[in-house]
Amino acid sequence: MVTVLTEAGHKDVPGDNTRGDDLWLSSGDAESATGWTLKPEGFCQGDVCVPTPQGKEAEFTDGDAVNVTAFWRHMGRPVLHDSAGDTWMLGNSASERGSALESLEAPDFTLPDPRGAMHSLSDYRGKKVFLTTWSSW
Amino acid sequence: MWQAVYEDHKDDDFMVIAVAQESRGLETAQEFIDEANPSYVVLIDQEHVVSDLYNLTNVPQAIWIDEGGQIVRPPETAGSHDGWRAMNREDMSMPDNSAATIAKAQETYMNALRDWAKNGADSKFAFDEVAARAHLRMPTDNTALAFANFYLGQYLYQNGNQAEGIAFLEAAVDLKPESWTMYRQIMNLKEVGQMGFAADEAFFARVDALGAERYYEPPDLEGFPTELGFEPVA
Repeated sequence: MVTVLTEAGHKDVPGDNTRGDDLWLSSGDAESATGWTLKPEGFCQGDVCVPTPQGKEAEFTDGDAVNVTAFWRHMGRPVLHDSAGDTWMLGNSASERGSALESLEAPDFTLPDPRGAMHSLSDYRGKKVFLTTWSSW
Repeated sequence: MWQAVYEDHKDDDFMVIAVAQESRGLETAQEFIDEANPSYVVLIDQEHVVSDLYNLTNVPQAIWIDEGGQIVRPPETAGSHDGWRAMNREDMSMPDNSAATIAKAQETYMNALRDWAKNGADSKFAFDEVAARAHLRMPTDNTALAFANFYLGQYLYQNGNQAEGIAFLEAAVDLKPESWTMYRQIMNLKEVGQMGFAADEAFFARVDALGAERYYEPPDLEGFPTELGFEPVA
């Protein structure tokens, strides 16, 4: 079993999925763990697809299995894992974070309040929102 | 801290969302929430997602977002001032001039916020698109890698692998040394410090090493005191 971390949270995926520095998942597991899945057009999230690089198909796909880390690195996103290869972090790239900010459309997020009720920033459209941060430390 | 401005302007289509950057969640945040007893929205962000999305480096930093979801003031220090660095570290007392500068900074920021809460797009403190973009601090590849290290480090630290977790967390700070949020969150995870804030000799040495650089970058706001107001440790 491996644990896959993304900005959306963490997901445990059963099976032996690591090959060296790469994480291979069935296309169904890839979708549940990352939101991305294998389609004829390539590796896709919703309408966005990243084609498999030509001539490198064997590095990226193997039947129904997809090398999610190869696609992640191909998208310029950071990939990290612990020394045992049990926990994998699939990060976001500076360019996607940067272009989101540059659009000036406030990046959305969903987080719990102290009673556990979930709130999205976008729930507050129609109001001026003063979004501030704090900490106990 | 934001209760009065929220109460005074909640009928002006104004909302305060205060997000705790808090790896240990309610375990550490609850007593502060109970104390403030806010009627605005408080959210708990254990993974520091908001810091990642908005490329934040400290708390409190704030973003002003208009009715259409557009950023009209990018992330900036929400009124805090470096005057606190002149604090007496034995008895926590503050020299009068620093206390006055800190108060002036707070007041200037709060007045600007109130003006925008009331007047929205007509407020002179809301940037147009060009100015808003010019005030953005863009993430670098190291920023992105730092947040990846931070996510993984926190997960490992809190799920039975503290030794490796700390290594990733410290790698995050090395990649993004300007992030006091990461640095201090790690201290809090290690349960460093007392008196309600994570501070020890290493923390103060790191603050002193700033010299004339800022712990709280002053916001670009007319009237906001930009001077340190004290002689930094060389």
